[in-house]
This record gives sequence, structure tokens and C-alpha cells, in this order.
Amino acid sequence: MPPLFFNHNYTTMPIFSQEASHKRQAMFDLLFRSLTRVCAFGVLALLAAIIVSLVDGSMPAIHAFGLGFLTSSDWDPVNDKFGALVPIIGTLITSGIALLIGIPVSFGIALFLTELSPRILRRPLGIAIELLAGIPSIIYGMWGLFVFAPFAADHIQPWINDNLGNLPLIGVVFQGPAMGIGMLTASFILAIMVIPFTSSVMRDVFEIVPPMLKESAYGLGATTWEVVRNIVLPYTKVGVVGGIMLGLGRALGETMAVTFVIGNAHELSASLLMPGNTISSALANEFTEAVGDIYTSSLITLGMTLFVITFVVLALAKLLLLRLSAREGKQT
Amino acid sequence: MIKFDRKRYLRRRILNATVLSISVLNVAFALVFLFWILWTLFSHGFSYLNLSVFTKMTPPPGNAGGLLNAIAGSLYMVTVATLIGTPVGILAATYLAEFGKNGWLAPTTRFINDILLSAPSIVIGLFIYAIAVHSVGHFSGWAGALALSLIVIPVVVRTTENMLQLVPSSLREAAAALGAPQWKVVVMVVYRAARAGMLTGLLLAVARISGETAPLLFTALNNQFWNSDLNGPMSSLAVVIFQFAMSPYEDWQHLAWAGALLITLFVLGLNILARSLFRRGPTSS
Amino acid sequence: MNSKLKQLFIGIAATAAIAYAGVSQATDITGAGATFPYPVYSKWADAYKKNTGIGLNYQSIGSGGGIKQIEAKTVDFGASDMPLEPDVLEKSGLMQFPTVIGGVVPVVNLDGVVSGSLKLDGATLADIYLGKITKWNDPAIVALNKDIKLPDQDITVVHRSDGSGTSFIFTNYLSKVSPEWKSSVGVGTSVAWKAGTGGKGNEGVASYVQRIKGSIGYVEYAYALQNHMNHVSLKNHDGHYVQPEASAFQAAAAGAEWDKAPGFYLLLTDQAGKNSWPIAGATFILMYKVQDKPATAKEVLKFFAWSYAHGSKMASDLDYVPLPASLVKLIHKEWESQIKTAAGKSVWK
Repeated sequence: MPPLFFNHNYTTMPIFSQEASHKRQAMFDLLFRSLTRVCAFGVLALLAAIIVSLVDGSMPAIHAFGLGFLTSSDWDPVNDKFGALVPIIGTLITSGIALLIGIPVSFGIALFLTELSPRILRRPLGIAIELLAGIPSIIYGMWGLFVFAPFAADHIQPWINDNLGNLPLIGVVFQGPAMGIGMLTASFILAIMVIPFTSSVMRDVFEIVPPMLKESAYGLGATTWEVVRNIVLPYTKVGVVGGIMLGLGRALGETMAVTFVIGNAHELSASLLMPGNTISSALANEFTEAVGDIYTSSLITLGMTLFVITFVVLALAKLLLLRLSAREGKQT
Repeated sequence: MIKFDRKRYLRRRILNATVLSISVLNVAFALVFLFWILWTLFSHGFSYLNLSVFTKMTPPPGNAGGLLNAIAGSLYMVTVATLIGTPVGILAATYLAEFGKNGWLAPTTRFINDILLSAPSIVIGLFIYAIAVHSVGHFSGWAGALALSLIVIPVVVRTTENMLQLVPSSLREAAAALGAPQWKVVVMVVYRAARAGMLTGLLLAVARISGETAPLLFTALNNQFWNSDLNGPMSSLAVVIFQFAMSPYEDWQHLAWAGALLITLFVLGLNILARSLFRRGPTSS
Repeated sequence: MNSKLKQLFIGIAATAAIAYAGVSQATDITGAGATFPYPVYSKWADAYKKNTGIGLNYQSIGSGGGIKQIEAKTVDFGASDMPLEPDVLEKSGLMQFPTVIGGVVPVVNLDGVVSGSLKLDGATLADIYLGKITKWNDPAIVALNKDIKLPDQDITVVHRSDGSGTSFIFTNYLSKVSPEWKSSVGVGTSVAWKAGTGGKGNEGVASYVQRIKGSIGYVEYAYALQNHMNHVSLKNHDGHYVQPEASAFQAAAAGAEWDKAPGFYLLLTDQAGKNSWPIAGATFILMYKVQDKPATAKEVLKFFAWSYAHGSKMASDLDYVPLPASLVKLIHKEWESQIKTAAGKSVWK
């Protein structure tokens, strides 16, 4: 067998060369370990630098508005009065609806690919769905604005307005002119962007479920759905939540696709058919044109708020995962 | 004999059938949109994808032209970003997977990495603008590449760490038992075993940054002409598409769709390559 | 690492190294700013490069971006649709001069109404955008259009979602013709719109107007022409209804008294003149009065001098209005007197 690691034949080498060689290797070890540690620190330092830079840029706005910035829905560039409420709510709502649509669909896809689909179809279908993740977000934006929005304006939104707009209580959420763009369209496109991530993670964890467990359930006469619900899902809880968090992270930060179709209106509206704003789309739409310290600084504060929201969401997810794992007795 | 409740059994079967048909519909749903988007790209862009797209520069409106400087600029910046981001990412992931078993650094870094992964790319662009454009006084391809590398790093860290963790410890232990120093175990055994997966991660990162627009807007700016000097403003396919698509000029719009088709084909090609590489298994040679 | 990968990486590194060291036709001048003149600047730059070999790279990141970047000195000149006021110019040490003139055109989507036949005046337009007039058959609109049958339809107002010089010119006009607009909304590249929905870029506004029946929006003249949009005839300062066209913009510019405006701070909205289009505007270049890089500054000025002299046809082909010759002479004089090196010597000689 060819010597994989050793340039010298250690058995015939004199002892003191061996020691020197060992010392050298130990030094390389230390170097290598330190290098990796430095890089890991680098990742931390990177986030710290970004946060410092954001905080530094937000100072003027924070001085001017204080915490009221987060609850104010003003957005008046002429009089330099700004408030983050509309973009924050827009971000949360679009991501929320994107998940609402995306999670069940991802789950269905993962279910199909692991339980139902014929073996030969599995890989091509899997790759096809993951291709959705590969499409650059600016393409989603262009497609959304030039193709999907007109389609929605002509076919989907009038239907929604007519049939769901008159429901008691929640009807007001679905009323509005059929413009094609708006919160609902943006949420829908976000859902399509989230689906490949979540479904591929779900599928990966579904595949790791030991066949023995599933076969036992089938042996007892369970239907496919019952196996998935009672065996697969509980077993893969942690992975599924992780996948959802991945999708949520993508939805919260998505810029280009949302910018094209959300309509950039700094108005709180109860209806999903009306235009709105998210933090990322406000930044993309207005940053280059923002003149004046307060305007620019308000936009940077928005960016920082998004970071904080992402942080909170991810932290909650980690906590949830820890709880779930602990309950299953896994080492945390 | 156990009493057979026909009604209940029927109910279970109907529920099962319903759920399964919904899952089929879900797959169809995703595929419909995939094909719709691809069809839109092809129908709008294919007829304008001719040789001059690859040989001429971006034109002013009313002139014929191509996307050569944009394609070249994108290639430069993506390459540099990958060259910067990949080693850092791999090394950080190595720490997380191999050396970080005890202590606070590894879990914290993992968490921070997830945050960076979800960071809106426009915020990264703003950050790089502050430190690499404003401070030096000019836009540059370097700044653009730097911004892109900040997107590469979290992706590479995540995928590499997953791949490294999949390598069975028996391999590591065997190498250590043979007397190999730790760095050789990692570099020569673990990396080699995980190389297909690591390459997948790399390709995915490249695919991701090829389509990014927002981080380049305030860093590399854009350039009407050919520029191979990374020290000055540099054109890129994503920014050119963004600009041209929103313009009123038909020839610009055609170029935008052609460029969009190009980027998508490139990114999808990389994705397919990455997936097919990985499915061969993390430990196969 | 297997040898194929190694070869791949070496190949990439080599290509990068060669290309970087290779023929670097880096552009000599960089400018950034307003989106409105981007097509004509890029056309001029292309022709100028063919003529002189010097590349001028202009990027449209928005008027605010242009102002920000020239203040940060990351570009050699900034461009803005919104002229800076003289005291702001003083404070920042900048000077500005106009390059081309264009117009903003209200466009509508109304069935049965021929392009150019709908008549509106400033006050009515302002009321529509204030949300006070909500239907097309409102008495105010009907009074101006006795010969058109206006439908009982909601007006969908469309404005710009992104900040833009087009909005600046438009809101400036509305402020001049409507005291209520001036006090409640004001002027700016981005304002707190009282009504309507925002489209991104001229394209966004145009696509909404084209799709939503009963909508009204405003776009740059070039855009309205290129997309064959249904435009509106506006009542100008002198009380005549004019159509948006090159001659109407030129008329608006001709009446303007440029020599009396310090820093060329002149807004061509609501100008006097029988044929003047009421929503016209010039776009401006911003440069530092004291130049750290006098050679680069001279190149910038040479470019614009060339463009004034040779670029008029290119501008009008793209539906812009070139500046009148008297104004160009004024601009040359300003260059000579205002742009200096650190030592005080004039850059433009």
C-alpha cells in the first residue's frame, strides 16, 4: 500500500529526526487550528462590523425620532418625518403569508417525493423543484411585474374581490382594485421562492427516517398519511423546523422580487390587494435617491431593524429546536 | 376476531387519498411556476440571444450592441469573490465541524452564520459601500467582489460544515491511528472524502452570487464600456439587466431579457451540475 | 484536491491575472446621478469615445445618489434633475449647469378618449393627485372637456414609488399651481403622496397606467412617446392648451431668464409663453468649484462642450430638447469663472 501520509520511512529514521518531524507536525497542527479559529472569529467579526456600521449610520435618525420611529407610520421625505411601522408590518405580513402558502405546499412536495413518486421520477422531480431556488431573484421580479401581475389583475384579483371581499369581518382584507401588484402578489411570489428551500430540507429529513419505523406502522395497517403524520413528522420535527426557518430567513430578506411588485406605498392598508412596502423594498427603492442626513439615516435604521427581526426570529427558532431536541433526549 | 368498523376505515382511506392527491397537486403547482418562468424567459429572450450579445458592448439606446462588458465584469467579480470567500468559508466550517466541539465559539459562529445567510444582500452592499467605496473615494470591481464574497462565505460555511459532518468518524480515527497529525487528517482525509459535497456548496454559492443585483448597485456601480481594471467601476450582467428592463427603449429591453436568459441558464446549469455531483454520495471518489 | 480541480483553479487564476494585467481601457471619467438624462448621456459618451478615445462612464443611480456621490467625491461629476439652491451650492462648494431639457407628461387610460384630447389644468391635476377629485365625471373635469363624454369611473392615481427627478419636476409644478398642494405635500424627489399607488420607475408607472382602466400617471416625455401613451393636453401659464412636444418644451426654455438665475437655479415649470409646456425641466451637472483633479475636470468640461456642439441631433432623436445657443454661451462663461484649481487658476481656458 503506498504511503499516504509519510514522506519518510519512519521505521528506519533515526529517533531525533522523528522527534523533529513530530515537532514540525505539531506546529503545523497548531497553525492550522489557529487558522480555522481565526476564520470562525472572522465570521463573528463580520457580523459585528456590519452591525457597527448600521448603528453608526442610524444615529441621526434615532436622535431625531427615538423609539417612536418603530411605531410611526409617517413617511414624509419633504418634511423629514419618517417612521418604520409600514415597512415592518409589510415585511412581517408578506413573510407570514409566504410561509402560510409555502409550508403546506413544501410539505406536500416532500411527501410526494418520499412516499408516492415512482423511483425513476424522484431525482428529476427533485432537481426540477430545486431549480426554482436557483432562479435569480431579479428574474422573479421581472416575471412578477411583466407577466404574473397582469395575469393576477385580469384573472385572480377580480375573483378574490368579488367572492371573498364580501365575507363578514375578514372581507375587508380581500377588497381592492385589481391592479395586479400589491401585498398579495408579493407574498405569493415570495411563497414560490421559499418552497424549493423548505421542501428540499423537508425531503432530506424525511428520507433519513429509518425504514424500520415506517414499515412497522404500515405493518399495523396504517395508511400512508397516517405513517407520515404519526411517525415521520414527529421523528423529523427538528429538521422540519430548521427548513421552515431557512425559508423564513429567505422571505424576510428578499429584495429584488418584492421590490418590483409590492407597489411601494407607505400606507397601512387593511387590504392585501393594496400596495404596501417591506423593509428591503423600501431600501432598494429609495436609498439611491435619498438626499439629506435624516432620510438616509432613516433608511439605514430600517436596515438595522430588519437585522434585528431576523435575529429574533432565528433565536426563537433555535430555542424551539433546543426544546424539541431536549425532549427527544438528544445531546444539546 | 376484531370488529371491523367499515365506516371508520373508509374515512381513513378518504383522508389518505385526499392528502395524497393534494401532495400531487403541490408538486404540479411548483412545476407549473417553474415552467411558466422558464417559458417567459425563453419566449422573451431567446430570439434576441445572438452572437452580438457576446461580442459587442452595452450600447446607448438606439444603437445595436451586446452584453460583452457585462458578462466579463460578472465573470471577474464572481471569480474574485469565490477566490476570497471560499477559503475563509471552508476554514471556518472546518473549525465548526472538527475543532469546535467544546466552548462557545462554534455554536455562536453557527448562529451568526445563519443570520448572515439570511442577511438582505442590499444591507451588505451598504456596508461595503461604507468601508470600501466611500473611504477610498471611488467605485470599484474590488468592492463589488468583496460584497459578493460576503454572500459566499455563509453559504460555503453552511454547506461545508454539513458535508464535513457527514464524513464518518471511522475515517478520521483510522487516519489518526496510523499516526497522522490532525491537520493532515482534516486536509488529506476529511476534505478528500467530502470533496464532492464541498464542490456542490461552492457551485451553489457561485450560482447564488451570479444573480445578485443589490450588492453591486453601490459598490461596483456599472460601466458602459469595457473595463478589465478591478479598480474602477465595473459592469455586471445583473445590474445591466435591472437597468435595461426598466427603460423605455425596446432594444434595451430585448438585451435585458437576453441577459436574463443567460444568467438563468448559467445558474441553472451550475445547480444541476452541483446536484448531480452530490448525489453520487459524500464518500464516493 | 484532485488534479482536474487543480487545473481548473489554475486556469481561472491565470485568466484573471492576464486579464487584469491586460489591455485596461479603464474609463477616464466617472459620473453618476439622474435617471432622466441617462439615455442621452450614454449616447453622447459612446460617440465621444469613438471620436476622442476617452470614455465617460455615466451611471443612473438617481438624482439623490448623484448628489450624495459628488459630495462624497466618489465620482468626477454628479447629475441631478433637481437643481440645488444657491445657498446649498455655496455651502458644499459645488457649481451646477444644465445640459438638456425634457418634459413630464401626464398620461391616462380612458376608453374612447383620443390621445391628446383630454384637457386638464394645473388646479384640477393637483386636486386629482390630492385625492379630492375621485371620479372622471367630476364637474371640474367635465367643465374643461365639454366635448368628451367622461365615464362615471373611479380615477386610479399612479405616482412614482422610487425617488426621482421626474417626481421632483411634477411636484414642483403642482406646488406652483395649487397652494393646497404646496402646503400639504410639497416638492421633492419623493413625497408623501396623498393618493394612489406607486410604480417603480417610468416603466412601472407606464405599465400600471396602460393596464388599469381609468388611471392617470406621469412619465417622462421620451417614455410617453416610445410607448404611444394616451397623453393629456395641459393649460399653460398663459391660458392656452398645449400638447407635449419638442417645440413646446423649447418654448418653455426660451422664455426663461437664465442669466438672472444664480447657479442656473431655474425651474421650467409653469413658464410664460403662448406655446410653453407647463411641466418642463432641465437636468443639471454638479461639479466642485475647487478641483483637486484639474485634469479630470477639464476632461469633463471638454466632454460637455463637445456634446453641446455636436450632440444636439442625438439628443433630439431621443426626444430630449437641446439647450438654446445663448444658454450654452452662458454656461461656458460660468465654467471659466467658477471652476478653478486649488491655486485659483481657471480650469476651463
